[in-house]
Amino acid sequence: MTLEEKKQQVIEDFSLYEEWLDKYEYLIELGKALEPFPEEKRTEDRLIKGCQSRVWLDASLQEGRLYFQADSDAIITKGIISLLIGVYSGRTPEEIAADDFGFIAEIGLKENLSPTRANGLVSMIERIKEIARNAR
Amino acid sequence: MSLSDVRQLFPALGIRVYGKPLVYLDNAATAQRPQAVLQRQQELASLENANIHRAVHALAVQATDAYEQTRDAVCSFLHASAREEIVFTSGATAAINLVAYSFGEAFVHEGDEILVTVTEHHSNIVPWQLLCSRKKAVLKVLDIAENGALQVESLQKLISQRTKITCISHISNVLGLVNPVQDLIRICHEKGVPVLLDGAQGVVHAPVDVQALDCDFYAFSGHKLFAATGTGVLFGKRKWLEAMPPFMGGGEMIETVRLTGTTFAPLPEKFEAGTQNFNAVPTLVPALAFADACRQDPEIVREQEAIVQYMLDALQRHPRIRLFGVPRRTEEKIPLFSFAVEGAHHEDLALILDKMGVAVRSGQMCAEPLMDRLGVTGLLRASFAPYNTLEEAESFMKCLDKAITMLV
Repeated sequence: MTLEEKKQQVIEDFSLYEEWLDKYEYLIELGKALEPFPEEKRTEDRLIKGCQSRVWLDASLQEGRLYFQADSDAIITKGIISLLIGVYSGRTPEEIAADDFGFIAEIGLKENLSPTRANGLVSMIERIKEIARNAR
Repeated sequence: MSLSDVRQLFPALGIRVYGKPLVYLDNAATAQRPQAVLQRQQELASLENANIHRAVHALAVQATDAYEQTRDAVCSFLHASAREEIVFTSGATAAINLVAYSFGEAFVHEGDEILVTVTEHHSNIVPWQLLCSRKKAVLKVLDIAENGALQVESLQKLISQRTKITCISHISNVLGLVNPVQDLIRICHEKGVPVLLDGAQGVVHAPVDVQALDCDFYAFSGHKLFAATGTGVLFGKRKWLEAMPPFMGGGEMIETVRLTGTTFAPLPEKFEAGTQNFNAVPTLVPALAFADACRQDPEIVREQEAIVQYMLDALQRHPRIRLFGVPRRTEEKIPLFSFAVEGAHHEDLALILDKMGVAVRSGQMCAEPLMDRLGVTGLLRASFAPYNTLEEAESFMKCLDKAITMLV
C-alpha cells in the first residue's frame, strides 16, 4: 500500500464512527493493540515533550526504510501514536520528510482534542519529521 | 434564592458542549461569572472608561470612584483594618511576586531562610525560589502526612533564627483541605516570623478575616471568585507595606520625581505602578456580593455540604479510585477532589469526560512538587462552585464510571 492509499484507508476507517466517544473507543483499541515497547528504550531522549501524558518514540532504519516503535502511559495518546506509526512505519525518510501530515486534520483529530493534547500531537509529528530528516 | 434561580444568573451554565449540557467542574481554575458581573464589565468598558487618579474630568472622577469604592468593598470583605492595606494586582501570582520582591529587598539577606510547604501552587514556590537565588537565601519545605494534611508539629523545628517569612496556601488547590492556618500563624508569630497566605482557593470557600487570622499578607485572584480576570488582591499589614520598597516604578506610584531622585506615593498607590485594570477591578463589587450571598444562603450551603459528603463517599468507596486529601473531619474539606484511577490515565479520563460534557482538570495542577511527593505523574480534579448541584455530582460519578469502563 502506498502512503497515499494508507492515509485514505485511515480516513475511511475513522469516518465509520460518527460519535466522538466511538472514535475514542477505536483509538483505545488501537492503543491496546500496539506491540509492547522494549523496556530498555524507555529513555529520556526518546521521550516527546509537549504532551500531558508521556510518549516514547523510537525509530530504526532498515534497508533505507524507517520503522517506528512507540508507547505512552495514556491509552488514547497511545492510539493516536499507533495510528501515526501505522501510516509512516516502513516508508523512506524522503517520503516522510516530504509529507504534509494533512490527513490528521482531515480526520478531525487535531481540532477535537484538547489544546494540550493537540500540542502533544504536534510534538509527535515534529519528532517523526525530525527523525526522517536526520535519516536522509 | 433557590439554586435554580442562582444558576439562571450564569449564562455559561446553559452552554451545551457536543450537544450535551455542560457540567462545569473546573471552578478551581476559574469560576463562571454571574450576570451582574458581566453587566458591570460591559458598563465599565462602554460607559465608564477613563484613566483613574489623573484627570479632573467627570468620566475620570467616576472611574476613579468606582475603583476606590472597590478597595473599600475588598477591605470589608477581608475584614482588613484599613483600605491602605489593600493593593490591586493582576492576580494572586502577581501579588505573591510583589511580596517576594519587595519584602525580599527589605528583609531577606544571604543565608536567610524562606519557608513554604510541599503542597503549594507553583505561584507560591517559584517567586520564593527567585528571591532565594537573588539573595543567596535558602528555601525550606514543610511536608505533609499521609492523608495530605500539613505536618503542623514539624513547623516549630523548621523555623530558625534565619527564617524571614512563611508562605502557605489557605486551602490547597490539589488536596482541597483547609489548612489549620490559625495554628500555623500562631506558631510562626511566636518565633517572630510573618506569614503570607495564598488565598486563591481559600477566599472562595472560607470566610476570611485577616485581622482574626492575624496573617501578614493574604493574596487572591478575582477570577476564581466570579470577577473578571486581571483583578488580583494583596492584603498586607501596614507595618510591612510601609517598610517595603516599591515593586515596579512609574505611573501613579510616585510623590515627586526629580532626575536626581524620586519619592514615592503613600500606600496603597506605592505598589500600583502603571495603568491599573480600571475596566475590570470594579467587577469585584458584584462578585464579592454574590460570594457573600452564597455563604449566607442556607440552600446553597446545604447543597455544598451534600456535594462534599456524596463525593467523599463515592470516591472512597470506588475500588479503583485513590482520593488524595482525605479530611479527618468533613468540615476540613472543600468541594474539590483530586484523585487517581488505577489502570486509567488522568488525561484519557479527562478527554472522555469532556466528550460527555463534563469539564474537569487533569494533570499536575501547577503543583509538580506535590505530585512528586504523592508519587503520581498527574491527577484528575473535579472542583465545584456554589452554583453546582448534587445532581451534577451524581452525573459526574456516572460519567466517570462509564469512562473508567471504556479504559480498563
